[in-house]
Amino acid sequence: MDLTRLVELNAAYARAIDNEQYEDWPGFFLESCLYKVTTAENVAKGLEAGLIYADSRAMLQDRISALRQANIYERQRYRHIVGLPTVLGTSDGGAAEVETPFLIVRIMRDGRMEVFATGCYRDKVKANGDGHLRFVERIVVCDGSRFDTLVAIPF
Amino acid sequence: MDIAHDSRTTNPWPENSVTRVPYWVYQDEDNYKRELNRLFEGASWHFVCLEAEIPNKGDYRTNFVGALPVIVVRDADGAINCFENRCAHRGALIAFDDAGNVENNFKCIYHAWSYDLCGNLRGIAFERGINGVGGMPKDFKRETFAPRKLRTTTLCGLVFATLSPDTPPIEDFIGAEVLGRIRRVLNRPIKVMGRFTQALPNNWKLYVENVKDTYHASLLHLFFGTFRITRLTQGGGVLVSPDGGSHSSYTIDNKASDAQSTAYRDQGIRTEKQDYKLADPRLLDTVDEFKDGIQLQILSVFPSFILQQIHNCLAVRQVVPRGVDAMDLKWTYFGFADDPPEMTQRRLRQQNLVGPAGFVSMEDGCVGGFVQRGIAAAGDQVSAIEMGGPTTESQATRATEASVRGFWKAYRQHMGY
Repeated sequence: MDLTRLVELNAAYARAIDNEQYEDWPGFFLESCLYKVTTAENVAKGLEAGLIYADSRAMLQDRISALRQANIYERQRYRHIVGLPTVLGTSDGGAAEVETPFLIVRIMRDGRMEVFATGCYRDKVKANGDGHLRFVERIVVCDGSRFDTLVAIPF
Repeated sequence: MDIAHDSRTTNPWPENSVTRVPYWVYQDEDNYKRELNRLFEGASWHFVCLEAEIPNKGDYRTNFVGALPVIVVRDADGAINCFENRCAHRGALIAFDDAGNVENNFKCIYHAWSYDLCGNLRGIAFERGINGVGGMPKDFKRETFAPRKLRTTTLCGLVFATLSPDTPPIEDFIGAEVLGRIRRVLNRPIKVMGRFTQALPNNWKLYVENVKDTYHASLLHLFFGTFRITRLTQGGGVLVSPDGGSHSSYTIDNKASDAQSTAYRDQGIRTEKQDYKLADPRLLDTVDEFKDGIQLQILSVFPSFILQQIHNCLAVRQVVPRGVDAMDLKWTYFGFADDPPEMTQRRLRQQNLVGPAGFVSMEDGCVGGFVQRGIAAAGDQVSAIEMGGPTTESQATRATEASVRGFWKAYRQHMGY
């Protein structure tokens, strides 16, 4: 797996979220996919639950339509700082297994800029029909387990 | 008791009223200290862990009862003990992990004093000194030095603890009606599915009130209203324990008849969005697992425990105060030990409804902060809690604030207000 292509994928993913182009976010995944936000502690203990859990791209779209139309929260946005990916191997389905560290600063309506979450993305990445890299799986493993107030925007 | 300098003396509780709550109760530092003493260390039961989390001898979890750090541990004969997580020597935490297993004793890392699984002081490093020099005085009595012990009780796999000798048996404390609703859900061995903590920027009571507030759910949460998970026009009601402190609200699945109701539209309520549809409706694919048509049940035990069933999404929540204007909400998601894989999958999807990122729960995470900030300069003002009248009895509607008033009834009784 070409590292440059992975870096480009991560950069485009982070840029879409940080620019509040949330409708573009599900497009980084294949139609059949798994996206989960969890914590290092839950992973270590083998606990399956997610803060966010989506086992289809349609569920990711529902996250965004809820965020846009249903949910109430104070205006906020993120700034992702994404590290370099490490390719760990290839899964049975031919997807590259990749791990990438991240840091997310949350910018609040009142001007606060605070580290909101850090962790690593544990990904399975594959090319789609058009040859673009997409996530088959993105498990967002947060380093800590305490989340301030609420998590509205995906990591 | 020194209350000379707190706001209670200048703005006392409105006479004999649970329909008016003064805002200083969410702000006053002296009042907060009194709560830790009278509620959390007083005659109430406090959830400390699930039995399933400490199945074997020596398994322990650390937790908080209000501000009090505690260790909950299973001992050799299977009993569950709870004691203050504070070494009798110099006050250090005895255990500083969230959970673990100790064979037979806990050892304080500071000076290696050790405690058995009941919290008794058993060993003092170099108690007799070295070569007869140093060591503890011969008349030092270990038995009189120990962390404070809490009584424990278990109920349907939940472990509760109390410091007070006066706390009544848990069944009496909760009351028969609400107790039945705990047994309804926790009817067989459970398995923990995950844990998350939500740090909320508000006084702990604002969250507890929100949990008991059956009136707000379908008004604040568009998700509830639109998908008819719970609407005030559906069947249901609220049960309030005789002392007011514990409650259970419930919604009965009658989508067919409710589908015709235009009440929300007629009221111009934001949460009724006719055009909002899920792209993947599996989120709400629900099984009537308790075979009684109740699709949602929110239950609280005074002052700080919550049991939740939203469709097939089950969780316990614990309120941990962290100062007058901050709290932690500790979520533990669970299923049953005998869940088939498709039920596990269903629960994983429905867990999107709750927790810090929950389609429904995220709003409860911010609304307490909105109140805390809104009342910043209103310590001498009061809120109006009068939906459904002035009483705290069980009601066959959720367009009421009976269980919120019930909380204040119990609160005033425990606090001596």
